[in-house]
Amino acid sequence: QESQASGLPEYIKIVEVGPRDGLQNEKVIVPTDIKIELINRLSKTGLPAIEVTSFVSSKWVPQMADHKEVMRGIERHPGVQYPVLTPNLQGFHSAIAAGATEVSVFGAASESFSKMNINCSIEESIEKFEEIAKSARNMDIPVRGYVSCALGCPYEGNIIPAKVAEVSKRLYSMGCYEISLGDTIGVGTPGSMKRMLEAVMKEIPLSALAVHCHDTYGQALANILTAIQMGVAVVDSSVAGLGGCPYAKGATGNVATEDVIYMLNGLGINTGVNLYTVMETGNFICTALNKKTNSKVAQASFNTGTIH
Amino acid sequence: AFPKRVKVVEVGPRDGPPPEKNVVPTAVKINLINMLSETGLQVIEATSFVSPKWVPQMADHTEVMQGINKLPGISYPVLTPPPKGFQAAVAAGAKEVSIFGAASELFTKKNINCSIEESLERFDEVMAAARAASIPVRGYVSCVLGCPYAPPLSAAKVAEVSKKMYSMGCYEISLGDTIGIGTPGSMKEMLTAVMKEVPVGALAVHCHDTYGQALANILVALQWVCLPPPLSVVDASVAGLGGCPYAQGASGNVATEDLVYMLNGLGIHTGVDLQKLMDPPPFICNALNRRTNSKVSQASCRL
Repeated sequence: QESQASGLPEYIKIVEVGPRDGLQNEKVIVPTDIKIELINRLSKTGLPAIEVTSFVSSKWVPQMADHKEVMRGIERHPGVQYPVLTPNLQGFHSAIAAGATEVSVFGAASESFSKMNINCSIEESIEKFEEIAKSARNMDIPVRGYVSCALGCPYEGNIIPAKVAEVSKRLYSMGCYEISLGDTIGVGTPGSMKRMLEAVMKEIPLSALAVHCHDTYGQALANILTAIQMGVAVVDSSVAGLGGCPYAKGATGNVATEDVIYMLNGLGINTGVNLYTVMETGNFICTALNKKTNSKVAQASFNTGTIH
Repeated sequence: AFPKRVKVVEVGPRDGPPPEKNVVPTAVKINLINMLSETGLQVIEATSFVSPKWVPQMADHTEVMQGINKLPGISYPVLTPPPKGFQAAVAAGAKEVSIFGAASELFTKKNINCSIEESLERFDEVMAAARAASIPVRGYVSCVLGCPYAPPLSAAKVAEVSKKMYSMGCYEISLGDTIGIGTPGSMKEMLTAVMKEVPVGALAVHCHDTYGQALANILVALQWVCLPPPLSVVDASVAGLGGCPYAQGASGNVATEDLVYMLNGLGIHTGVDLQKLMDPPPFICNALNRRTNSKVSQASCRL
C-alpha cells in the first residue's frame, strides 16, 4: 500500500462541516428544505460525519435559526455521525430534544477572539463547556471539541503553540473525544502547523486529533498534508469549499472536501468517500445558492467532463 | 528537511497571456515585467519567440524584449521554439532561452505532430548555437505527472526525457505537471526516478493548480530531498495567470503570491518581497479584466 510505505495513515476520517460551518458563513440565507436535501445527499457519499447545524440563538446566527427543523427533517444513515454545535447548556438541551446524538463545543486559543466571538474569556467558556460535557456524559452523548485560532488570530496575530495545547488539554480532560484544531483565518503554513501539532501532541493522543484548515491564503492542502505526515487521521472540510471568511472580505474560507479527497485518493489513503457523489452534491448546493464552487477539482472536472 | 533558499522562476508574462481571452497590449506586458522586476524576483520569463501564426498573443515578442527594463541581477529567459525562434530571440537581445519537451508521446504527436525524439532533434541546432554564443538554455518537460490524452505516464519515461535534455546541454530541467493532476505521492515517485538521472541541483518543479494540488505537490518536492543540494527551484505565475487549455474554466499555474506566502511561513529565503509582489496583480488583472487566481491576493484586498 502506497500510504503505508510513506508513513501516512491508511484511513482518514473526513468530517464534513459544509451544512454548518459552510452555510453559516454564506451571505444568502438558505431555505430549510435545501439544507435538509444537502445533508441527505451528503449522507449518501460515504462521509462518516456530517455537521448538521448549530443550536445557537437565532439572534446571533440567523442562518441557523431553523436548527430544530433541520435536525428533525434529515434522514439519518446508519454508520454516519450527525454532530451539532451547542454553545451552552440551553443549546445542548434543545439539541437533545430535537434528536441530536452528538454535540460539539467551540473553544479558542485566543482571549481576544473568545471575547469578540462569544463574549466571554477562554476560562469562562471552558466552564460552560464543562456543564455541557457533564450532562453529555450522563446521557452517553459524545462531545467533540474545537479550538479556534490554532495558527493565528484576527485580533492578536500570532498564537503560541503552548496556548493551543493548553486549551486542547482542557477540552480533552473534560471528556471531548476528539479535538479539532482550527486555522480559523487560514494564515498557517506547514511550519507553523508542525510546531503547533508538536506542542499539542505532548498533551493529547494523536488518535484524538483533527485539523480544520481554512484555505484563505491557499495553504490548506499543504497544511493538511503536513498534519497527516505527522499521523493526524481526521480532517475537516466543506463541500464545494462553502463558507467564506468573515475576517477577510471576499476571501475564501473552508477547504473544499472534493480537493481534500482528490489529494488523499492520489496518496492511496482510504476515506470511504465517493468523490464523484461529493462533486454532484457540491454542484447541487452551488446551483441552489447561485454561486461558483470553490473546489478546484469540481471546476476542472465539470469542465472537462472527466474525473482523473 | 527544507532548502534554505528557493529560486522562484516567474512565468506569468510568458505562460500567462496565451490562454487569456483578451489580447494583452504590448505596453501592458512591458509594464507587468517592469513591475515584477521590482519585487526581488531573480528570474522572469519575458515572452516566447513562437510564430504569431501559432500563438498570436506572443506576436509582439521582439517589442516586449526590447521594451523592458532589464535590471542587473535578473535573468529574462524567453521561449525559443524551432526553427527561427532562437535567432530572433538573440537578435532582440535575449541572454537566456528555454526549450520544451514532453514526457508523453501522444501529447507531442497531438501538439507538434512528431515523436518526442524528433522534437528534441529539432532543438539540436538551438543547442549548438546557444553553446557557441554562451547562452544558457533551460529545458521544460511537460506532462510529468499525467497527460490529457494518454493513460498514466511512467516516472521512468519522465526520467529518460529529462536525462536527454540535460545531456543536450540544458542547465536546468523544469518538470511540469501540465494538467495539474498530480498529487504528493505521484510527485515523489516521479522525482525519485528523475533524480537518478539528473542532478537535483539542476531540477525545478512547475506545478499547475488545476485540481488545487499545487502547493501540496511543491511542498513535497522541497521536503523530499534529504541530501544537499536540495531541489530548490519552483516556477509560478503572478496572480496565477494562465489557465489550463485542457479544462475550460479551470485554473492553471500556481500563483506566485501563494507560493511565496508558503515559503515565507517556512522560513525559506526567496529574495522576493511579498508586499511588493502585491502590486503587479491588481494591475494585470485590471488590464485583463479578470479576477486574480491568488488566494493571498483575495484575502489581502481589504478594500
